[in-house]
Amino acid sequence: MKDFNYHSAKDSKEASKLASSSSAFLAGGMTTIPSMKLGLATYKDLIDIKNIKKLSGIKVSGKSVTIGAATKHVEVSNSKDVKKAIPSLSSLAEGIGDPQVRNRGTIGGSIANNDPSADYPSACIALNATIHTNERKIEATKFFKGMFETALKKGELIEAIEFQIPEKSSYQKHPNPASRYAIVGVYVAKHKGDVNVAVTGAKSCVYNDKEMSKALSGNFSSSSIDGMDLDSSEMNSDMHASAEFRASLVVTQAKKAVDAC
Amino acid sequence: MASLVGSRVERKEDKRFLTGKGRYTADINLANQTYAIFVRSPHARASIKKINIDKALKSSGVVSILTGKEIADDKIGGLIAGWAIRSEDGTEMKCPGNPPLAKDNVNFVGDPIAVVIAESLAEAKEAAEKVEVDYKVLKAVTSTADAMNGDTIHEGIDKNLCFDWLLGDRQKVKEAFDKADKVISIDIINNRLIPNAMEPRACVADYNAASEEITLYTTSQNPHLSRLIMSAFGNVAPEHKLRVVAPDVGGGFGSKINVYNEDIVCSWAAKKINRAIKWVAERSESFLTDIHGRDHVTHAELAVTKDGKFLGFKNETIANLGAYARVFGTVTPTYLFGPCATGVYEIPAAYTNVKAVYTNTAPVDAYRGAGRPEATYTIERLVEKASMELGIDKTELRIKNFPTAFPFKQTLVHTVDSGDYVAGMEKAKQMADYKGFEARRKESEAKGKLRGIGVTSYFEACGIAPSAAVMSLGCGVGLWESAEVRFNPTGQVTVYTGSHSHGQSHQTTFAQIAADELGVPIENIDIVHGDTDKGTFGMGTYGSRSLAVGGIAIVNACKKIVEKGKRVTAKMLEANPEDVEFKDGEFIVSKSNKKKTIGEVAFACYLPGVRDEMKSPLPEGDEPGLKETSFYDPSNFSFPAGTHIAEVEIDPETGHVKLEKYTACDDFGRIINPMVVEGQVHGGLAQGIGQALYENAEYDETGQLMTGSYMDYTMPRADNFPEFNIGYTCTHATTNPLGVKGCGEAGAIAAPPTVMNAVIDALGGQEVTMPATAEKVWKACKNLKKSNAKAA
Ligand SMILES: Cc1cc2nc3c(=O)[nH]c(=O)nc-3n(C[C@H](O)[C@H](O)[C@H](O)COP(=O)(O)OP(=O)(O)OC[C@H]3O[C@@H](n4cnc5c(N)ncnc54)[C@H](O)[C@@H]3O)c2cc1C
Repeated sequence: MKDFNYHSAKDSKEASKLASSSSAFLAGGMTTIPSMKLGLATYKDLIDIKNIKKLSGIKVSGKSVTIGAATKHVEVSNSKDVKKAIPSLSSLAEGIGDPQVRNRGTIGGSIANNDPSADYPSACIALNATIHTNERKIEATKFFKGMFETALKKGELIEAIEFQIPEKSSYQKHPNPASRYAIVGVYVAKHKGDVNVAVTGAKSCVYNDKEMSKALSGNFSSSSIDGMDLDSSEMNSDMHASAEFRASLVVTQAKKAVDAC
Repeated sequence: MASLVGSRVERKEDKRFLTGKGRYTADINLANQTYAIFVRSPHARASIKKINIDKALKSSGVVSILTGKEIADDKIGGLIAGWAIRSEDGTEMKCPGNPPLAKDNVNFVGDPIAVVIAESLAEAKEAAEKVEVDYKVLKAVTSTADAMNGDTIHEGIDKNLCFDWLLGDRQKVKEAFDKADKVISIDIINNRLIPNAMEPRACVADYNAASEEITLYTTSQNPHLSRLIMSAFGNVAPEHKLRVVAPDVGGGFGSKINVYNEDIVCSWAAKKINRAIKWVAERSESFLTDIHGRDHVTHAELAVTKDGKFLGFKNETIANLGAYARVFGTVTPTYLFGPCATGVYEIPAAYTNVKAVYTNTAPVDAYRGAGRPEATYTIERLVEKASMELGIDKTELRIKNFPTAFPFKQTLVHTVDSGDYVAGMEKAKQMADYKGFEARRKESEAKGKLRGIGVTSYFEACGIAPSAAVMSLGCGVGLWESAEVRFNPTGQVTVYTGSHSHGQSHQTTFAQIAADELGVPIENIDIVHGDTDKGTFGMGTYGSRSLAVGGIAIVNACKKIVEKGKRVTAKMLEANPEDVEFKDGEFIVSKSNKKKTIGEVAFACYLPGVRDEMKSPLPEGDEPGLKETSFYDPSNFSFPAGTHIAEVEIDPETGHVKLEKYTACDDFGRIINPMVVEGQVHGGLAQGIGQALYENAEYDETGQLMTGSYMDYTMPRADNFPEFNIGYTCTHATTNPLGVKGCGEAGAIAAPPTVMNAVIDALGGQEVTMPATAEKVWKACKNLKKSNAKAA
């Protein structure tokens, strides 16, 4: 690992001010540190945001669950409030990586990184989330731009993620057996008006599957999507799963999610 | 005194390991040490046109940069194959040179080219990036099956063929097949694995200019053997000026048998720069450069009668050696593979033919089980297929072909001294509730799942091995083992063993043995290993040989101590040595009932006199002191055996295979410590099941390792396994005084076919290759659905 300067920011303002084109925020470090160790990324400055009080904690209202960006996966999975309001969100957090990763990794880091096979982005899409930054509020559908790409500008810091509480929801993941990231993860959420079917792992970026959403909005039963033949042409293909297998898994996991709702 | 052998004595080593007090090679730091980083080939096959170190030399903190040229100039030798194998046509195997630093050609990604030595690790890394190597990239050969058709990798080695070896009689086999009612045939791949010891390889080399001695601390399973090879072939230093220490070692599984490039280079360079050098592999270096395991492509056939008697067996295998042949590289796919490929069965005629090929991949060598997992996979997949094709119950078919009497002269090489395979099978069936399987299958079907059951009966040849036998087969060394038992004057005992513990619990189990033999409390016994300065010699630990060979050396040395003790007691108590008996630490004169404790005897041996009298307790001919040595050469291999049964449930929609039940019923002979044996069985099973369901080392066609980290190489985790159901039958080995056989590799040997037989059973007999990943199984489930629909 190359040498770097370490800063610990007191508040969002300081963190944002310290940011440059060769810096990264240090939340859990579960993505940043391994990338630096492997020489895939080098930064001049790491700006630690874990000590910014405002970024941690979970708040639940009648309509939404708001989670501070620096809240760790383990805190989300253990939170009684989250378990009660959106149980699928707590079980998603429980299924991320392994205990070591969950004890350090944060929701903000996960979303900012926007790994195509990360779990949280699907929750943001399915639960109509709003991403609160130090500058603005961004709707989830406008936040995830592409592979490892988000709407965040340089120095912009996620402060919290606000999830809408659905009537019913479930997240079903087919994990990569090695890394345990999602080969395919499907987050189904039934809201008052409509149903979201957010898919991660299948394509270069998380998306809401319109076809399945429509079918399920009409009839919220796994039979309404059973046997659906999805277009696999844009799906990822790698040594762990072909595009064809992923297309099939998206439907299978969606069915499982609906059945589990 | 109650016998300690057979009881669950808590591990003496646990306190140290669990409190972070283990001392591994990376924990060792020497005064004024430097740090080494190796410059490695990013290409699988290339010639080196030019190496420019000018820029790197100017980098801050650099002490020295050495390349293949300097090592060749100093006449430092390369890495070697430990076994010479002859081809069927009588020609000797062909091995390329394997210099510690490549000079002209690189042959796999990770092949080291230069070493950069600097004041700090960061500076060494920085400088290494500045070494400029000009390569001419050549077309790589990576596929095992096609290696013989690829470009020639090593000059003069035609078709990339190291040898084309035959064991058995083709003519007899042909005759057997001519008489057969049916021939079962199978094409299988034994997938390549990466051993993944928890502790990455490391070494610290030091040179003492005053004594002209090199000390190498290294992650080795066999420090004396490493010293011998580095001295005799590496020309690093004469043996008496080279000390090799293998301190706590965090797992080996065969991957730490070899002397590696880094050991030789750091030892040589430490003398050159007259400073200590430390090197610790990063995990990605381990993936690339530790030896890999398995990697066979096999076609096998079994000739049978219609009522299920086996008549003949053919095995045509291509084995991948990787880029170079290393210490156990050539014996693993031959004498450790061929003899066991006929399994636990009486088969009148058999042969195994192995073509060993070079490819531009990491060297392949002995990995837990070494050859025997590949053998067992071949025969047990074939037998399972025979049971399906003949419509005979898989357990009945096996029993029908088991030997009925022991010693059992196995078809190709071994004479198995003892065993009871029927008893093992019956017990395994009971433990696994074999009878209840059909009901469980129906329950799974009702949930829309597919359930399968798989069986494996195996034997293996371990406790390697009689020196004359292995040397007649081409081994470069004898495979005896040594032990020294030393009493202190005040009665405690130090046992030096030539075996090496890197997870095998020798500190405990060997102490149990010595405690029983000597009647000394276990707390007063220390087991010492892993340092060439502390014991005479040792062949090390692999091939489940520590107990069956190393343990017996301890027993024999203890017996010599007891013999001397009897003579000394007789002299002290004025009796006949024949009248002295030894029991529970006491020498008793049977006629007078007078006694001396072994502590008193030890004291007398070291302080042989009494005040006011000119009198020695030592009989004429005996010298002072109490220390005995044994070099034990076994008279045969040992032959653990058993039956394993697995049950899987498959979700046809996702292809996910869930291992529901795993039963292992093994015969390891006498068990010294059941808790330690359970640990060995669990570990072996985890690796064997890992091979069947998860692990796979994959290279692309250019020779890049695609599974070079845990993001892509699936190491199994605890939640992948059910609670293992473990049991034993016990027939004592008749070829050693403890009656022990060896348990270190059994799990890794038996589990792959057991699990795969279950998967394939669930899939209605459809073949899938290892590892049975979700996608492969999903595809097979789709086919099954189609063919079931057609049938309906
Ligand atoms: C072994 C392993 C297994 C894993 N498995 C999974 C898995 O199964 N599923 C899954 O979803 N993830 C998985 N992860 C990733 C894990 O969830 C990480 O925690 C996450 O991707 C990054 O979060 P972090 O807090 O560690 O971020 P860091 O590594 O600290 O930062 C990552 C990036 O996010 C930016 N960033 C961090 N916080 C903010 C913020 N508040 N505002 C703006 N930018 C910010 C940083 O600048 C940096 O570029 C795994 C990771 C590992 C190491």
